[in-house]
Amino acid sequence: MLEQIFQFLVTGITVGSIYALVGLGFALIYNASDVVNFAQGEFVMLGAMNAIALLAAGLPLPLAAIAAVLLTTLVGLLLERFAIEPAKGASVVTTIIITIGAAIFLRGVASLLWGKNSLPLPAFSGNEPIDLGGATLLPQSLWILGGTVVLVALVNAFLNRTLLGKALLACSFNRAAAQLAGINVQVMLRLAYGLSAGLGAIAGILVAPITFSSYEAGIMLGLKGFSAAIVGGIGNPMGAVAGGLLLGVLEALGAGLISSGYKDAIAFIFVLMVLFFEPTGLFSHKAAERV
Amino acid sequence: MLKSQFLRTLLAAALFVSANLVNAAGPIKIGTFLTTTGPASFLGDPELKTLQMIVEDINAKGGLNGRNVELIHYDTGGNAREALNFVKRLIRKDNVDLIVGGTTSGDTLAVIPEVEKESIPLISLAGAVEIIEPARKWVFKVAHTDRMAAAKIFEDLRKRHLTQVALITGDGGFDKSGRAQILKLAPEYGITLVADESYGNKDTDMTTPLTKIRATSAQAIINFGFGQAPAIVTKNIKQLGIGLPVYQSHGVASQTFIDLAGDAAEGVRLPAAALVVAGQLADTDPQKPILLAYKKAYESKHGPVSTFGGHAYDGILIAAEAIKRAGGTDKVKVRDEIEKTQGFIGTAGVFNMTPEDHMGLNLDAFKMVEIHNGAWKIVE
Repeated sequence: MLEQIFQFLVTGITVGSIYALVGLGFALIYNASDVVNFAQGEFVMLGAMNAIALLAAGLPLPLAAIAAVLLTTLVGLLLERFAIEPAKGASVVTTIIITIGAAIFLRGVASLLWGKNSLPLPAFSGNEPIDLGGATLLPQSLWILGGTVVLVALVNAFLNRTLLGKALLACSFNRAAAQLAGINVQVMLRLAYGLSAGLGAIAGILVAPITFSSYEAGIMLGLKGFSAAIVGGIGNPMGAVAGGLLLGVLEALGAGLISSGYKDAIAFIFVLMVLFFEPTGLFSHKAAERV
Repeated sequence: MLKSQFLRTLLAAALFVSANLVNAAGPIKIGTFLTTTGPASFLGDPELKTLQMIVEDINAKGGLNGRNVELIHYDTGGNAREALNFVKRLIRKDNVDLIVGGTTSGDTLAVIPEVEKESIPLISLAGAVEIIEPARKWVFKVAHTDRMAAAKIFEDLRKRHLTQVALITGDGGFDKSGRAQILKLAPEYGITLVADESYGNKDTDMTTPLTKIRATSAQAIINFGFGQAPAIVTKNIKQLGIGLPVYQSHGVASQTFIDLAGDAAEGVRLPAAALVVAGQLADTDPQKPILLAYKKAYESKHGPVSTFGGHAYDGILIAAEAIKRAGGTDKVKVRDEIEKTQGFIGTAGVFNMTPEDHMGLNLDAFKMVEIHNGAWKIVE
């Protein structure tokens, strides 16, 4: 029994780190514009599908991965330029609806480009499971965990240590004041979309060897990543990671100890509870609302 | 005056005759409603391409009984209500002589009452056993049932003297229907199910239910599903080091499954239509030339064949043979001739229909195959 619970925990951390990685991408755009970008899952899917397509075209894996991230970043920039920017001045809700539309559009394009089947990406360092005293783990899971740690550190450093990152944060605190202080809000927004898309693509490429990818892979990953971000306090990259891991472990323990059928229900009830009692998320800084 | 009267009569007669001629030479209308968009589109897409290919071929060879065949298609998108609307349209507006279709069991079951009421022959391409059980007057089907798949797996288990089995299925319709058949048939084969676990078809990790299976006394694992989930299950079984024989269903009998599961797929067994292993059949196998010919014709136009396209091939050719034998499109005669289909060699197997059995396939239609070095191998 103990061994089983250990395996559930390892599974939970594996799955949770996938959610965390996807959830991370939501933070940047939210920071820049208060908008939850529902096309974030599609960025994840695009990263994976681009990498798979480039690999099939003959590029070596590292090169295919880098090119896929750049391509997806470009898609993020184009999305901002041609879908978000024309709706400048629209309310947050309107912009969120635009991102939902963009997600459906990207899914449609992907299904036309790559068909409707699931496609695999080879694991970075083999498929031999690693034995951790009774519980097993794939080497790819270590890549995901490592990737999450590195990306969180980078995003944190960017937001808190660089002028550009601070400017981005300033936009989220008070857009008008940021503009008055000489920050070009428009450029910041483009930056946020480009970076989020790139971040999503990296997540997609890291998780694809475990989850595969298909034109609709972004829906579920996006939803779970969004839940992770909400639980942790959206806009806080560290929170998204903690939220993702928490969700993953809860799901695995729920499925293992109660019933597989209730796995998603347990996760979503948990999200609801968090929203009831800590609407700003478990790990957010309590922002004092100015009057 | 008299002359013009005569001319007018002659003209009218000529018109009448020519109208009759046109009527006799008018096309035979075959209606179809498939799921060519939406989640089940990878089933409906090869079906439609196959139907179009066969109809083109029939017409190039001079048609049926000297009449061209016209295919009228509507895409249901996997929505049963749409399926019913389109079938009503096929019957009332397009006046089709016969319907081939219903990609999914849901679409087919939704239109059965209408088809029975309007007395028009329907040949379904879907899997559920409920379509032909109980046998309905106007409804036939050509795809293997999930009960056949379950029976084929149990036969193989019996041969290997394995009696303790763990079952793991997804939350889709195909999964649930397969699970029901396995639970129902297991006692007949003396098999005990020691675990009955489930997962969501969109899940990315199934190690949790598999860890529970690992703790049981199971001697083999059966996984029933299609899409990417069975590939993840197969990979997770290897990851957890569960060295038990693994059985999958006919739902994953495509190269995609091998590509996705990679080397974890080695040794996995599943019941599959002969189309998958056409090249390996004995030369004396009556199905072999037909399978190879269909495979070649399809692949020269559209890429790899699938068993689903094969069902469309069987469906429309059984219909064509019946129309030929009936000597026309009289619905009652065509229906009777479909029911009399005997020894028809199709891609799914050899069809022998009877008034009680509106599918006419037996267990030999399935081959038990094993994945060996990334390719299918027959194990009989």
